[in-house]
Amino acid sequence: MKYDIVLAGVGGQGVLSVGAIIASSAMKEGFAVKQSEVHGMSQRGGAVLANLRIAGAPIASDLIPLGAASMILSMEPLESLRYLKYLSPEGAIITSVDPVRNIPDYPDLEALLAKIRTIPGAVLVESERLARQAGSARATNMVMVGAASHRLPVRVETMEHFIESLFQSKGAKVVDTNLKAFHAGWGAAA
Amino acid sequence: MAEMVLLGDEAVAMGAVHAGLTAAYAYPGTPSTEIVEYLIRYQARHARPLATWATNEKTAYEEALGVSMVGRRSLVAMKHVGLNVAADPFMNSAIVSIHGGLVVVVADDPGMHSSQNEQDSRYFADFGRIICLEPANQQESYAMTREAFDLSERFHIPVLVRLVTRLAHSRAVVETGDARPESPISKSGLPHAWILLPSNARKQWRSLLARQKDFLAYTESCPHNALALNPERRQLGVITTGIARNYFAENLDDLGYRPSHLHIGAYPVPAAKVRSLLDHVRSVLILEEGYPYVERMLRGIVPPAVPVFGKESGEVPPDGELTPDIVRAALKLPARAAMALGGLSLPDRPPQLCAGCPHADTFDALKIALSGFLMPVVTSDIGCYTLGALPPYGSIESCVCMGASVSMAKGASDAGARPAIGIIGDSTFLHSGVTPLIDAVASNADMTLIIVDNKTTAMTGGQPTILPSSRLEEVVKGVGVDPAHVHVLQAHHRQTQENAAVLRQEIEHRGLSVVIMVRECVETVKAKGRGRKAPEALLA
Repeated sequence: MKYDIVLAGVGGQGVLSVGAIIASSAMKEGFAVKQSEVHGMSQRGGAVLANLRIAGAPIASDLIPLGAASMILSMEPLESLRYLKYLSPEGAIITSVDPVRNIPDYPDLEALLAKIRTIPGAVLVESERLARQAGSARATNMVMVGAASHRLPVRVETMEHFIESLFQSKGAKVVDTNLKAFHAGWGAAA
Repeated sequence: MAEMVLLGDEAVAMGAVHAGLTAAYAYPGTPSTEIVEYLIRYQARHARPLATWATNEKTAYEEALGVSMVGRRSLVAMKHVGLNVAADPFMNSAIVSIHGGLVVVVADDPGMHSSQNEQDSRYFADFGRIICLEPANQQESYAMTREAFDLSERFHIPVLVRLVTRLAHSRAVVETGDARPESPISKSGLPHAWILLPSNARKQWRSLLARQKDFLAYTESCPHNALALNPERRQLGVITTGIARNYFAENLDDLGYRPSHLHIGAYPVPAAKVRSLLDHVRSVLILEEGYPYVERMLRGIVPPAVPVFGKESGEVPPDGELTPDIVRAALKLPARAAMALGGLSLPDRPPQLCAGCPHADTFDALKIALSGFLMPVVTSDIGCYTLGALPPYGSIESCVCMGASVSMAKGASDAGARPAIGIIGDSTFLHSGVTPLIDAVASNADMTLIIVDNKTTAMTGGQPTILPSSRLEEVVKGVGVDPAHVHVLQAHHRQTQENAAVLRQEIEHRGLSVVIMVRECVETVKAKGRGRKAPEALLA
């Protein structure tokens, strides 16, 4: 089994945390995992890319080859298309519809979303709205993890357990908000 | 035995701890920062070993050398260009007879993700005539760092461990071993070896040259340099170094056979193994991250016995980093089917100053202060404020190396350019800006230095500066800048007009002036508010 995920977003959106939740859950289930991250200059509001590789056998390359990714999971619609060449023709693209407009030449959002919808297996998620409904606009990441969870080779319960332990120190309310956000994402992509 | 999930950088740190490390030193620099960052967190939990930031890579190196001199194990970590700063102690520490193990970890940045060049530190190891180990994965990062301490003590040299960005910043499971205790303090018994007076230095240099054959004997026989010959298929042989092996392995299934293969993870280059491979094959492809170091050695000036393919013959791009796909093309495999983005061009999203960044307010004030001057020269430096080069600011005209903003502004002023302004961050100023400021004081250079003080080393993730930034004013006055022309201002948009007026007045002053623009980085303010939760903590 090989499952390569391209994680995309903008510096500051918590792309690395999304990777950590999926990677930790996959490891708990006994998979080999490699996660290549971007640190340094790119994290200052620029395009951020992380490569997460999950496999049943040892993984050689830290980078995902072109055309090999089973999933692009993006926190931002423009960024979801930036790495399209990494997606396998059978792969899925799961992205938030909420743009981060920190550049002057941001393309027309409707045209962008229309383009994403033409890709087979595309799932568009209103992550901000769902996160707010769950109780915190900051939980958009958790919504996106939930939306991705259908296709990941990891059981939903394992991820739920991990989210619980992750936020336990911040109290029951924070745990509840994040689990709600995760479930909202799950529901939106069902 | 325990399993840990570690970045390549963190695996180096754990390897050093388990090798009986006594002290580690570094100046932050992507992609090496997480080595000593991890060790500082480790020290906070376990009290030992000592891990600390230093003023710059040179002082870090020399502090590590002092630990070695008294027989204990030390590590110094830096990014590739940091070794330029530490080149003096590096080159000379190769000549002394190293006592306690000294391991120099250098993280190269091929592709320049966060650097101003992509120099290859294997040349530096060669230059110093020492052993270099190049891990290919996180497990090797751990094991090779451990071993490097033993090699350092066995051969009496510093040992260089070379990382690259993709290994430094990739996480995987590492199996760790038992910890070795720290070494007791001891003197080397070769006191003259550490006094590099010419008469001693000549002896030491001859001794280092005489030991070269021992280093080679080690790299010819060590398991890091593995040769596998395929008697069935002789058309192509492959040499990989470091993480290039992973990209080669990624494509082996599609290649359908295993070419004869030499992997190099320890230098000096195992020449006999290279010759064995070349005797066996009719052509050789060389895959290495960084410069064509092994390739150029094989190519030489006289044509090699078999054709050599690589970066200099065009099979592999001469710049940037390797990828599985570059290696795939070099192996003449067809590209995989991939999705294409037809009919829509995506704008780039370059890094930029954060919303509310104090540097932005300084650039706004400077713009006003400079209005009307025909040809102002604004030199700058390495840090977040380098992003002031990009729109909408376009405020700076140079970014070369740590501290150069100060000395280049002086040079421009010496040449007659007016006004000459240097912009440097607080941490970069302490790293390499104080000494050129002394040059400027000595000649009362007609220039203005702006120190943008955000109270942290921001670009690398918010490490503390070596001195609290409240001391900057004393430092500046202490080296002799006229106190009448030293100002400390708040870098805030409500004060932009007043700040611009002070800047204008000092820029018009015929002589040296220093303006310190103070406001804490918005990222460190935020991090303090939420109590830092780094992604690696999630995985622990």
